[in-house]
Amino acid sequence: MDELFSTVDWSRGQFALTAMIHWLFVPLSIGLSLIVGIMESIFFKTGNERWKRMAKFWMLLFGINFACGVATGIILEFEFGTNWSNYSWFVGDIFGAPLAIEGIAAFFLESTFIAVMFFGWNRVSRGFHLASTWLTAAGICLSAYWILVANAWMQYPVGMEFDPDQMRNVMADFMSVAFSPVAVNKFFHTVLSGWVLGATFVIGVSCWFLLKKSNVEFAKDSMKIASWVGLAGIVLTMWTGDGSAVQVARVQPMKLAAMEGLYNGSCGQSLVGFGIINPYKERTDGQDAILCEISIPKGLSILANHDPDSFVPGINDLIEGISINADGDTINTVSYEERIAQGRLAQEALRDYDHARATNNAEAMAEAKERFMANFKYFGYGYLDSVEDAVPPVALTFYMFRIMVMGGGYLMLLFIVMLFVNYRKPKILENKLLNIFGLISIPIVWLVSEAGWITAEVGRQPWTIQDLLPCRAAISDIQPESVQLTFWMFVVVFAGLLIAEISIMLREIGKATRRDILNGPDKH
Amino acid sequence: METLQIYWWFVISLLGGLLVALLFVQGGQSLIWSERKPERKSLLVNALGRKWELTFTTLVVFGGAYFASFPLYYSTSFGGAYWLWMAILVSFILQAVSYEFRSKPGNIFGTLTYDTFLWINGCVGCVLLGVAVGMQFFGANFEVCRADILNGSSPVISKWDSTHGLDVMFDLSNLLLGFAVFFLARTLGALFFLNNVNMGTDAKGIQKIRYHILVNGTVFVLLFLAFLFALFMSDGYSRMDNGLVVKVPYKYFFNLIDLWWIGATFLIGVLMVLYGIIRSYFDKKFRRGFWWAAIGVVLTVTSLLCISGYNNTSFLPSVTHRQSSLFIDNASSSEFTLRVMAWVTVLLPLVIGYIAYVWHKMTSPKISSSELRKEDHIY
Repeated sequence: MDELFSTVDWSRGQFALTAMIHWLFVPLSIGLSLIVGIMESIFFKTGNERWKRMAKFWMLLFGINFACGVATGIILEFEFGTNWSNYSWFVGDIFGAPLAIEGIAAFFLESTFIAVMFFGWNRVSRGFHLASTWLTAAGICLSAYWILVANAWMQYPVGMEFDPDQMRNVMADFMSVAFSPVAVNKFFHTVLSGWVLGATFVIGVSCWFLLKKSNVEFAKDSMKIASWVGLAGIVLTMWTGDGSAVQVARVQPMKLAAMEGLYNGSCGQSLVGFGIINPYKERTDGQDAILCEISIPKGLSILANHDPDSFVPGINDLIEGISINADGDTINTVSYEERIAQGRLAQEALRDYDHARATNNAEAMAEAKERFMANFKYFGYGYLDSVEDAVPPVALTFYMFRIMVMGGGYLMLLFIVMLFVNYRKPKILENKLLNIFGLISIPIVWLVSEAGWITAEVGRQPWTIQDLLPCRAAISDIQPESVQLTFWMFVVVFAGLLIAEISIMLREIGKATRRDILNGPDKH
Repeated sequence: METLQIYWWFVISLLGGLLVALLFVQGGQSLIWSERKPERKSLLVNALGRKWELTFTTLVVFGGAYFASFPLYYSTSFGGAYWLWMAILVSFILQAVSYEFRSKPGNIFGTLTYDTFLWINGCVGCVLLGVAVGMQFFGANFEVCRADILNGSSPVISKWDSTHGLDVMFDLSNLLLGFAVFFLARTLGALFFLNNVNMGTDAKGIQKIRYHILVNGTVFVLLFLAFLFALFMSDGYSRMDNGLVVKVPYKYFFNLIDLWWIGATFLIGVLMVLYGIIRSYFDKKFRRGFWWAAIGVVLTVTSLLCISGYNNTSFLPSVTHRQSSLFIDNASSSEFTLRVMAWVTVLLPLVIGYIAYVWHKMTSPKISSSELRKEDHIY
């Protein structure tokens, strides 16, 4: 048993590490592909060579980054099988389909047309090249869509039914899976946040050029486009974030409670703007969960239900069986103790069904199946030892949520300031403080972006599939030492990748400060 | 349901065939590592570098399609043969950044390191992918018990022996196929250079490529014949009407006879590969050997994978617990999922069409040193 937990923890760690590293590269690819597409479109329309030069410079950085995204992406696909083999079987019927569609519909699009993007300038027409650039960007978005369909399904499993003969879930309604409201919202939230990250990167690098007083016109034009992309991105990200909060309140209320460090909910619940989590807080000890806080009255009720007086359940409420329904009304649902009991009943019934099937006892099969279906909703809870197992890590989820939200506000300010200065006060564009503001926003945007994913994924623990399969039942039969070894191997590989990528990017940007991007020789 | 399972096994087999043909990239990588002439090396690396993503993507799609259509294979093989798949994975991660980084200033580790990564991927990737396919014929040591998912203290349904894939990596029959794939990839790599690269007046370079075709092609043919002998002499697993899994002598050989159209495709594929290799070496003006060999490889490998799963054959035999062997009907996704995904494969002709069009656009005229001198994005 101990070994099982250790394998679970290392497998979790390995997957989290891979996903976080992968997410360093993907949003930059999403954002830069859009910005490069815009610049090349202007070149196509105007024929002005300077836009082509600009597109090519950002494309160079895009290419360096894209390779790392590809390298880390394949690991995730393999790890579903290598480290989460039970998961692969239990939900492969549903989860595998988006992955296969992603490959056929999106990956080939990206990998085919990216070659034209980089090597086709003198081989294909301008129109064909532009189409290739946009098809690459579309391929990236399309692949994001399908992988987010898969992720959203894990958070909000729909469109499937359980097949007791095979002891796994099977797909019953593809459209419900492919167009689940959680998936659609998650897609827009994620892709738009990629725009924000790409835009911040372009602004930051442009600020570096301005600080160095090099390629000033190039930097100003790049900033202008990036600021518009960023502003559109952050406004829409906030809008979809609001939609996401409402969805989380309904389909993963425990996650929302953890995001807020909320143990006992109330009507007209305030939102913690800033706070420090009490590290010694136990669920039922009556201590304050947050040591000091600045709150927005009724804020959480508005965020979760768009109703200032509505009820928002806390962790204890949910455990005791008090929640809200799809309309935001307070309801008495099933307590977690009862869910665990029902989950065990479901598992027992499935065991009986299997025995009855082995002996061809149709009557016993029917009886066991009926018992199973009556308790299936909480199947996954049967794996939990106590209700405490169903509570995600509160402090991490709480802080990451705040970093994401506050960071979003900071980035909104960045884009507004940059646009204002660009259009109204162009003379202060070369102001040192302003450029430093742009430059330091680069690490901040990555922190914000990663914080968003940590909130989403840590907040749904212990589940790989909400309510159906906790991590501990989703793993492979491997010794913890083996996973430890591959974990550290990946740490070394990722560290190497990251250092090399940053180093190459810095060198390319440094080289560019010593040449004239817009008017210098084409080959440098 | 049976039709859909057969269809999806064909799709998987075809993707496997395409993947092996596209391993020309890996084969090329293993050939150019020792190249000492910088200009020639740069030309060959750049020729491969414009194609590597196609192979990489095919591997990812092959994995994704396998996961979606036969999830029990994915679950059992990947989770069980942990070290085998991890080694394959690492070799491909190293490749993914090497082209982009190798000649960039500031790449920290130096060009030689990235070239070594490409060489590792070229060797290890090919051999181990061959081993993984070999495992589908010669089996592995595992046990599957679906009911274990209800065992809270040990819920994993597929359990392997403690070597977790090291045993299959050092199995001689698997290695035979692994090295056959390796030398095939090198032969295809050399044929690709001959077909896709304008070497101009570099007569020595062309001569060297022809030499690689002869040597690697010969070794490949010998290893492939040895593999075929081992395969046709080996037992396969079938399931009787009562569900009992039994050993069937010469199963794969008889599958080729029983499913004669697959046998015929296999023979045509083999002949095309041989024609591509032999004529490319002896006919100095013949440059299209790559296409003959590559299409031949697709036909041959697709046929071999088809006979590993069709005709009531276990496509992943369990040596230690015969009843756990995987067949296409007990390892597949549900009928609904297979049907939905079958609709998605309607896109495949379109995908193949635009890949072919872009390939044509990007290789005519052929890549040359003079083009690279003008190009600002080179590997």
